[in-house]
Amino acid sequence: MEKSLDHNATPLGEQSLFSRIFAKPWVRALIALIIVFVVGCIFSANGTFFRWTPHRDMLRQTSVYGILACGMTMVIITGGIDLGVGSVLAAVAVPYSLFLMTYGYSFVWVIPLCLLLGIACGCWNGLLIGRFRFQAFIATLAMMTFARGLAKTMSSGRKVMNATFNPDGSYTYNSTFPEITEWLNGRILGNNIAIVTIIMFACMVLTYIILEKLIWGRYIYSVGGNEEAARLSGVPVLKTKILTYGFSGFCCAVAGICQAAQEYQGDPEAGLGYELNAIGMVVIGGTSLAGGRGGIGLTLIGVLTMGYLDKILSLNAVEEASRLMLTAAIIVIAVLFQSTRRK
Amino acid sequence: MPDNLVTMTGVGKSFSGVTVLRNVDFTLRPGEVHVLAGENGAGKSTLIKILSGVYPDFIGSMEVFGKKAVFQSPLEASRAGISVIHQEMSLIPGMDVVDNIFLGREKRLPGHRFDRHGQEKRTRELLSRLDLSDINLHRPVEEFSISVRQRIEIAKALAFDAQIFVMDEPTSAIPKSDVELLFTIIEQLKASNFGIIYITHKMEEIYRIADRITVLRNGEWITTGTAADLPEKELVKCMVGRELDSLFPSRKQTVKDKVRIQVKNFSVRDADLPDRYTVRNVSFVAREGEILGFNGLQGSGNTELLNGIFGTYGGLASGEITVDGVTRMVDAPSSSIRRGLSLLTNDRKASGIVPDASISDNIALASLRQLSARNWRNGKLERAAAERQQESLRIRLRALSQPIGTLSGGNQQKTLLGRWLETRPKVLLLDEPTRGIDVGAKFEIYDLMNELTASGMTILLITSELPEMMAMADRILVMHRGEVSAEFDRSNATQEKIVHAAMGA
Repeated sequence: MEKSLDHNATPLGEQSLFSRIFAKPWVRALIALIIVFVVGCIFSANGTFFRWTPHRDMLRQTSVYGILACGMTMVIITGGIDLGVGSVLAAVAVPYSLFLMTYGYSFVWVIPLCLLLGIACGCWNGLLIGRFRFQAFIATLAMMTFARGLAKTMSSGRKVMNATFNPDGSYTYNSTFPEITEWLNGRILGNNIAIVTIIMFACMVLTYIILEKLIWGRYIYSVGGNEEAARLSGVPVLKTKILTYGFSGFCCAVAGICQAAQEYQGDPEAGLGYELNAIGMVVIGGTSLAGGRGGIGLTLIGVLTMGYLDKILSLNAVEEASRLMLTAAIIVIAVLFQSTRRK
Repeated sequence: MPDNLVTMTGVGKSFSGVTVLRNVDFTLRPGEVHVLAGENGAGKSTLIKILSGVYPDFIGSMEVFGKKAVFQSPLEASRAGISVIHQEMSLIPGMDVVDNIFLGREKRLPGHRFDRHGQEKRTRELLSRLDLSDINLHRPVEEFSISVRQRIEIAKALAFDAQIFVMDEPTSAIPKSDVELLFTIIEQLKASNFGIIYITHKMEEIYRIADRITVLRNGEWITTGTAADLPEKELVKCMVGRELDSLFPSRKQTVKDKVRIQVKNFSVRDADLPDRYTVRNVSFVAREGEILGFNGLQGSGNTELLNGIFGTYGGLASGEITVDGVTRMVDAPSSSIRRGLSLLTNDRKASGIVPDASISDNIALASLRQLSARNWRNGKLERAAAERQQESLRIRLRALSQPIGTLSGGNQQKTLLGRWLETRPKVLLLDEPTRGIDVGAKFEIYDLMNELTASGMTILLITSELPEMMAMADRILVMHRGEVSAEFDRSNATQEKIVHAAMGA
C-alpha cells in the first residue's frame, strides 16, 4: 500500500515531536488543569488541599455544572449553543419538588416525568433550529426566558419547600425528606464520593458513548463540521439536531433533579447564570465554538479546571468579588493558551 | 528600472526536517506573465507564500525591485507592492465597494475624517480601467458576481500600488464568458509593466497567456522556459515526471443495452423565485456502463439537474426517476443514496469535505448505516472501508486518522470519491470531478471512471472542459436555459457543435 508523503499536507507531520504533542487540544487543556492544581498545592490553606475532603467537595459542587456541560458539549459540536440550560434546570427542579414533596407522589413517577419535561424543552429548541432555521442563540434565548417563566408559574414565584398543603390553604412542614432526596444527597464508597458526582460521571460516559460509539455521534460531528456536506451524504440533519438539543434538555433535567435534592427545595430562581458556567467549561476544555471538533474528555478537563479554581479560591478565603475577577482572568488566560497555535 | 521585479535565488523551505521546497531559482520580469506549473504538492504555494511574506524563515535569498527583501508578514509584502489575488476572495461580503477597496488604508483628511469623496473618485478611476465603470459603488460586494468581485479585488491591489500580482487559479470559479475579460485585464497590467505570476492547472490557459513557464515538481525546480520552448507534451512530462501519452486514457466501449436510469419530465423550481424554473421538462435515459455527459454554460441548469435528481432541493424538483425499473418521485439525498445514486458536488469545500473530520470518517460518512450494526458503530468495518478506498483510489496520506482538510485538492477529491463508491452506487453523478486538481490526479480519475463503467456503473458527468467531455463521454447532452438543446453521440460530437448548442443556436 502506497502511503507516500503528501507535500501539500502541511504542518502536523512535519513538526517536531514536542510541538506535535503540544498541538493536541487535550494536552493543552491538561496543562491548564495542572497549572491550577499546582497553584492549589502552593496555596494549600495550611495543608487542607492535600486531604481528600476538599477534592470530594469540589467534585460535588461542580457536578450540576458538569452534567449541564455534557449536553452543552454535544450542542456546541453541532455548531450551536444552548442558553436555556439554567432556566430549564429550574423548570424541572420546581415540578420535581412540587410533586415529590408537596403532593407526595412517588419518585418512580416524578423522575421520568421530569426527564420528559427537560427532553421536551430541548427537542423544541432542536425543532426551531433544525426545521425553522432559527439561530441557536435566538431559539435557546427564547427557551431561557420561557422556562424561567414556567418555573415561576408552577411555583407561584415562591420556593417549593418540604411542606404539604392543608385543606384550608396553610402548610404543614414535614420533618423528614423523601427517601430519594436523602439518597441523592448521600455519598458512597465509605463516604468518599457523592452520588451526584457519580451521576455526573455517568452522564459523561453516556455522552462519550453517543459521540464515539454511536452513528449519531458521527452525525453530530459532521453536522457541525459541514452541514451541507452532511446532508448530501444522507445524514438526517433535522433528526440529529432535535436529538442533540433533546439530550441537552435531558441533562438539564438530571441537573435540575440533583439541584433540587441538594437544596432540599425547588427554587424557581435556581440555575441563574449556569449556562455561562457550562459553556465556559466546554470552551476551556478546548471544544471549538465553531463546531465540528472537541469531545467530552476535553469537557471533563474543563469541568475540573473550573471546579478546582473555585475551590482553591474559596479554601484560601478569597472574597467573592475578587474571586469573580480572578476566575475571569484565568478563563481568559486558559483560552488564550488554547488558541496560541491558531496562527 | 531594475531588470527583474523579483529575483529568488536558491530558495528552499522545510518544516522541521521535511523539505518541501529546495534550491529553487525564480525571476519575474516587468511586463510578463510567468506561469507556475506543477502538480498539487509540487511546491507552488510554498513558493508564493515565501514571496508574499507568509513564511519569513526560508533558505536562500530574495530581491524585490532590486533590493534585498525579507518580509516578516503578508502586510509587509503587500506594502512592498506584492498582491496575491486569492482563490478565496479576501473581500468583506457585507461592505460596499469603496470601503472594501480602501480597507486598512482609508484616505484621511485632517481631524480623523474620512475622505469619502476622494476615495470614491479614486475607486471610479480604478474600476473604469477594469471595465467596471457602471457599477454602484455603494452596494455590498456580496451582491456582485464572482468575476466582478475578482476585478474589485484587482482594483484593491491597484489602489495599494501593487506591481506584482500573484493569481492563484483565478479562472476556476468564474464563468467561461468572463475569462476573456480577465485576460484582457491581464494584458493591461502587462502593458503597465507590472509582473504577473499565474498559477493554473488548465493547459489551454497556459498557452493562451504565458510568456514564460516555470515547472516545479516535488519541491524542486525542473525547468523555466518560454511558452514556445515548452510544448504541451513536454510540459506535461516535466510536471508529471514521466511520459503521459495523452491527457486522457482511451475509452473503451462499455455501454450495454439495459437502461439503468430513466428521467422523465424533470423540472426544478428556483429556490428564490418560485415561478422561475432552472430546469424545465428534461427527459433522458442512461444505460448500464455508459458515461452520459452534460454540457452547458453557467446557468444552463446542468448542475441544478444533477442536484435535483439527487434530491438536493427536495420538493423544488419534480418528475419521475426510474432506477433499474423502480420508479419514484424525487425525495431527499438520504433516500437517493439508498436507491443507488451518488453525487459528487462541484464545490469540494462547501458541500463535500467535513474538514476537521478524519479521512476515514469522511469516507464512512455516507455509508455509516451499512457499516454499522443498528446504531452502534463498528470501528473495524469503518477502518476496512477506508483502507479499501484508500488503496483502490491511491489516496496519498500519512494516516487515515489525519483530518481531510490537510490533504491536497486531488487527494481530497479522491477521498470524496471513496465516500461515494463505498455506498456502492448504481449511478454516479459527477459534477466537475476534476476541477482544481492536477494532471496526474485527473488521469487517475479518468482511469477510475473507465474501470467503474466497465463493471456496469452508469456515470452522469458534468464538465466544462470540452476536451475532457470529448474524451470521456459516450453521449453528450447540451443544455441551454434549463432545457436540453442538443444531443450528440461520441462519434458525431465536435467542440464547435457543442459550443454552438450551448449558446442556444
